[in-house]
Amino acid sequence: MSKSGVNNFSTFSLVLTLLGAFILLFIIAPLLGMIVNTPFKDVAATTADSQVLSSIWLSIWVAMLTSILFAFPAIPLAYILARYDFPFKSVINGIIDLPVVIPHSVVGIALLGLIAGDGLVGKSLDVFGVRLIGTPFAIALAMAFVSLPFLINSARDGFIQVPVRLEQAALSLGATPFQVFFTISLPLAWRNILSGLVMMFARGMSEFGAVVIVAYHPMVASVMIYDRFTAFGLKYSRPAAFIFLVVSLIVFILLRFISRKR
Amino acid sequence: MLVVDQISKHFKLFSLREITFKVSQGDYFMFLGPSGSGKSLLLQIIAGLVKPDSGRILFNGIDIAKSPAGKRNVGILFQDLALFPHLSVFDNIAYPLKLRKYSSFAVKQRVVELAEQFSISHILNQGVTSLSGGEKQRVALARTLAFNPPILLLDEPLSAIDSQLHLDLGVLLRSINRTGTTIIHVTHNYQEAISLASKVGVLHNGQLVQVGEPVEVFQNPRSEFVANFTGAKNFYRVKGVRATPDGLIYAELPFGETIAFYANPAYSNGFVCFPEESVVLSTQAENQSAINVFSGSVIDIFAQRFGYEVVIDCGFKVFALITKESLEKLKISPGIKLYAAVKANAVRFIPEI
Repeated sequence: MSKSGVNNFSTFSLVLTLLGAFILLFIIAPLLGMIVNTPFKDVAATTADSQVLSSIWLSIWVAMLTSILFAFPAIPLAYILARYDFPFKSVINGIIDLPVVIPHSVVGIALLGLIAGDGLVGKSLDVFGVRLIGTPFAIALAMAFVSLPFLINSARDGFIQVPVRLEQAALSLGATPFQVFFTISLPLAWRNILSGLVMMFARGMSEFGAVVIVAYHPMVASVMIYDRFTAFGLKYSRPAAFIFLVVSLIVFILLRFISRKR
Repeated sequence: MLVVDQISKHFKLFSLREITFKVSQGDYFMFLGPSGSGKSLLLQIIAGLVKPDSGRILFNGIDIAKSPAGKRNVGILFQDLALFPHLSVFDNIAYPLKLRKYSSFAVKQRVVELAEQFSISHILNQGVTSLSGGEKQRVALARTLAFNPPILLLDEPLSAIDSQLHLDLGVLLRSINRTGTTIIHVTHNYQEAISLASKVGVLHNGQLVQVGEPVEVFQNPRSEFVANFTGAKNFYRVKGVRATPDGLIYAELPFGETIAFYANPAYSNGFVCFPEESVVLSTQAENQSAINVFSGSVIDIFAQRFGYEVVIDCGFKVFALITKESLEKLKISPGIKLYAAVKANAVRFIPEI
């Protein structure tokens, strides 16, 4: 490790390197341990387990759909936050970050209160004979709640980077504000929005705490792994966890790829 | 055709106050002012990008002060050009045409036509980020003119480029103006104003302090800002610029006198100015090393912070700044005859483009 302009500082560099290595090891070791301790034949057998596959698939498609559907109102909100000044703007920015700091089981309880039969939304839907608890829709709500900040913040940063001058130029060339948004602002902020979408998807897909409270069934991957662990123990839950880890890593690599390709 | 009537816009630290002026079709109207005088703000208000607090903007008799920017049909060229980085040169120029629902054939035809006019045909398929400064300028200008706006607003278009491009673009702007496009141009560079403008408006601290023909404004500056620009009130239009083998240039003042100076003789018309301090006064014509000697009688003497300003009528007014000692030694008083000498290299020539 060398840093320009800093000479004869080898003890310092050594301490930095050791501390850094400790953190890296801390992240890698458990995952590596799990991979090493999971026999390949168990993984192969588990990939044929329909419950595992369907729960992973459920995690993926619900998280994906959630990200796409919530993007429609979330991206305009990000644009507002990037472009306009109004009273209590910082309060609104704070509200958007709230889901990051609220314990996820608390989120689950709060959402359950909303959609349960005696809750505000639950009661009105009950009139039509619609129940949300235990449906992919409830899962989507839980996923969206905890993952929206990632999309909104990333999209807002993207819009902030688009010079206002370009929007003014488009306006003066004859564009309506809608045309400016779709032909200038959105394309120029697109990479940030896309990486926000992938982050939201990844965060939603891996959510456990909020989802398990509003929908134990149908089981998403994280709930299924927890279910196997409590019912059958560590050894039995490992192959499923291994497969879900691989899926998450693929998403992660995709995310890095998108955000790097500037 | 464009009347700006009592436009005001107030901010916490700055206000544009009751700006009123009239621009006729085909004018090259130049707003001159230091940075912070409100000139860019004024352009943005005319373009519809900033809403004024009060006042009217009449375009051919119709108040457009409240119509959206996109409906005003006013082209604006920003100082930073504002090319769309995610679009190619072609798509940048085609942008206003596509908004106006031109057929793809008509879009292509117009873009190709503009590309030829602005010598950018060879870069149509390139991205805009890799272009040179001059190319970017021409692309931005082509984009702004693509929809044939009757009024073109220019926000310091010449400030970010080197002097050769400066001249090229100046010539281009003048030719656009000559084909009928009304231009409103803001700048802090008085040389630009002198070279290009058919009318000059001087902005200072958010107020329009003077409007008029360039010569009128520079000869009778009503603000210290303009007075400091020329450094002198000795400002005259010249024609018939001709070079001599010894490098001196001769030109005709409007009063029949000839003035000599050093300059690039590529232009036949323009303006000359020389600082008041450079005028040497004497009571006799001989013993003058200066080439330009004008004779006339003193009409006014004003006490200045440093010395005296003497105004001499030589058929045209010459202003000289002299010390108290010189004033006393030459016994200068109103009515006496004097010779005003100006060295050729104190004369500044600004071509009319």
